[in-house]
Amino acid sequence: MSSTLAIEATGLVKTFGTTRAVDGVDLAVRSGSVYGVLGPNGAGKTTTIRILATLLRPDGGEARVLGHDVVAEADAVRGVVSLTGQLASVDEDLTGRENLILIARLLGLGRAEAKARAAELLEAFGLAEAAGRLVKHYSGGMRRRLDVAASIVVTPQVMFLDEPTTGLDPRSRNQVWDIIRALAAGGTTILLCTQYLDEADQLAEGIAVIDHGKVIAEGTPGQLKASVGAGALHVRLLDPDQRSAAERVLTRELDVVHLEPDPAALSAPCADADRGAQAVAELSRAGIGIANFSLGQPSLDEVFLALTGHPAEEEPAEDEVIDEERAA
Amino acid sequence: MSTSPTTGTRSTTVPEEAAVRRALFSAPRPSRPSAVAAAFTFGWRGMLKVKHVPEQLLDVTITPVMFVLLFTYLFGGAIAGSTGDYLDFILPGILVMSVLFTTVYSGVALNTDVTKGVVDRFRSLPIWRPAPLVGALLGDSARYLVAGTVIIVLGVVLGYRPGNGVLGVLAALALVILFAFALSWAFTTLGLLMRSPNAVMNAGFMSIFPITFLSNVFVDPDTLPAALEWFVDVNPISHLVTASRGLMDGGLEADSVAVSLGTAAILTAVFAPLTARLYRNKI
Repeated sequence: MSSTLAIEATGLVKTFGTTRAVDGVDLAVRSGSVYGVLGPNGAGKTTTIRILATLLRPDGGEARVLGHDVVAEADAVRGVVSLTGQLASVDEDLTGRENLILIARLLGLGRAEAKARAAELLEAFGLAEAAGRLVKHYSGGMRRRLDVAASIVVTPQVMFLDEPTTGLDPRSRNQVWDIIRALAAGGTTILLCTQYLDEADQLAEGIAVIDHGKVIAEGTPGQLKASVGAGALHVRLLDPDQRSAAERVLTRELDVVHLEPDPAALSAPCADADRGAQAVAELSRAGIGIANFSLGQPSLDEVFLALTGHPAEEEPAEDEVIDEERAA
Repeated sequence: MSTSPTTGTRSTTVPEEAAVRRALFSAPRPSRPSAVAAAFTFGWRGMLKVKHVPEQLLDVTITPVMFVLLFTYLFGGAIAGSTGDYLDFILPGILVMSVLFTTVYSGVALNTDVTKGVVDRFRSLPIWRPAPLVGALLGDSARYLVAGTVIIVLGVVLGYRPGNGVLGVLAALALVILFAFALSWAFTTLGLLMRSPNAVMNAGFMSIFPITFLSNVFVDPDTLPAALEWFVDVNPISHLVTASRGLMDGGLEADSVAVSLGTAAILTAVFAPLTARLYRNKI
């Protein structure tokens, strides 16, 4: 067992009723790294993270966090990890400050230390001003920041983040990303579940793609994107009648062009931003009016299409699976 | 770092990577709190909620206050001959009722924690596992104390004069709170079994309401049909009411005190482990 692995899981299985939510997941996360688990709703991400954070017992397989077995040594695992769940795991009926003091006291800080620590974190996370307000009046971004702050009252050695930016506006998302980077720079191992390839690409050095409870691909973001095709230039014209002219220009610049169902839209695979910009410039030069264009990374859908041959279908969300289990 | 709300620029309102990095905890990890310390911390959390969401307390106090006024002045003369006599009869019963109604909220609060996700954080902390449950009920006991005090103060204002004085009232209050603590475990169990806080509230009141009314809180059971009288006589809540009356007004009923304590012990022995188990295995 290598000591440089912070998280290692082999053959994890978790069944809810007839659903195999996690169906033989293997993970190996190097100590001090940010590792992304990428997949659509219902793929088994949340269940995996809950097993690793000792909230669920696996039905099969085993997992170790910093060498501690998540079942037999659950208490030792809890001593080194912290979890930021999919639902912001903070108490809405308390203020931001009270939330942090509560967690600090539960981690063993004295009264005065807990207060000081809460103030320090509120300041660092841009929440000093909202400190005395009830969390139920916080915006989604503030709530998420408080949630992450609560997870680092005492800096954990391993941190689990379950879709930390789902539902956030781009600005709040960037803030959360900055926080994750800062934690990683401080040496915390981070396991990040996400639906966004973009997010995993921005933060993670390794990614596991999971679908139907199984890891279907694993590698660096670069490797994954290379296996998928790097992205595409999407152009929408002002005048649909100019589409054949535009097609000729783009074929010359980027070789392959797809005509979209929208009569004014075209797309072309394009790995290189400079070439994409060049192609757009050529369209303008040819007198073709452009309504808008974008140069996008492959979406999760495209990754899934490439890896599995089917799009990232919306499975019943995991909480629905959980609800079914509760009802059972 | 400034926290001025007026400027929307990045440097003033958002966490900067450097600031977050500085805020990482550098001191050695503190040692874990004891089980008792952890439970009391959760008790403190419960008290904060009373402060922030006083409506909850209001909900469960207004009904009993209404009952005191309504029954005393509307039916008091008819049932007991005079409103003053009826107040003496009804007040210890209303005390029991108002505190027991409050116990439903223990289940509602726990269910809320589960549905909102904060339980996930508590369960992933390295603390004594039942601490959140025990602590919450300790905090709730403070609420029972407030609810009970409101009723007693109201009674005294209306002219109720307990025969056994302050000590008797305190003894009755202590017994009622102890019983309520035990009964709360039944509602936390319910709170972990049901799907939403509202469902817990409905099911909770649907069970506590009839069982409280079918007791000797409002009327002397001698006047009831035989089957009903039998139920009222075996209802532990009747014993709690009788015990409270004895403690407050004189004529200590040792049997009723014993039955109340025994019921509390049984409720705790059955439902506390059940709650803990459901909580531990919560998905």
